[in-house]
Amino acid sequence: MPAYLKATAFDPYQELVRYQRSQLASGSYGATASFVGSMRDFNLDDNVSRMTLEHYPAMTRHYLDRLCQATIGQFDLQDCLVIHRYGDIRPGEPIVLTAAWSAHRAQAFDACRHLMEELKSKAPFWKKETTDDGERWVHDEQSSSSEK
Amino acid sequence: MKVKVLFFASLRELTGIGQSEFETTEPARLDYIWSKTTGGKAMPANTLCALNMAYVKPDTLAGDGDEVAFFPPVTGGQPRHH
Repeated sequence: MPAYLKATAFDPYQELVRYQRSQLASGSYGATASFVGSMRDFNLDDNVSRMTLEHYPAMTRHYLDRLCQATIGQFDLQDCLVIHRYGDIRPGEPIVLTAAWSAHRAQAFDACRHLMEELKSKAPFWKKETTDDGERWVHDEQSSSSEK
Repeated sequence: MKVKVLFFASLRELTGIGQSEFETTEPARLDYIWSKTTGGKAMPANTLCALNMAYVKPDTLAGDGDEVAFFPPVTGGQPRHH
């Protein structure tokens, strides 16, 4: 049930397969649900050429570890995985992966969404976008924003 | 008593402070620590506070060895319990 923070680009699908093969016994689960959020090149009617994702490292790790642990218990999962980027991100690059493995599909779907919704509303990340007019901090009360 | 004080994102830019240390003889409220650390700057209304990496209200007390953080709403909005 790990949560990883990455400063550089990652391939969520390779990470998903790698984790599943190394950590989950074949036949031990019947459902896998995953979500990938990636960066758009537009927001609030502006072109966005770059996003810098700042975070509070110690609190982010602490929060994500607790979230994963709680989600496994709440949804009776075999396992779950969260990978999140920080730092400078370009349009098209994945920002976040959430995945859940369970015996049946309902728990996997629900847990995957739960991970994402909880993470988005509570994990201490902040977005600064670079547009044609300069840089700006963005909060999601302003926007549906650059992915997620 | 020494309290570690952190500012993130737009609040770091607003205050011009990334990290500071606050000294006090007794536990102090977070909003008081903000005021003393920033030289009396007004705390923006949507500021979130954390004490030892847990969300708390601005009237919470911090003491020796604690880590206090001030930051704007996170990317997905306000925590539900705050």
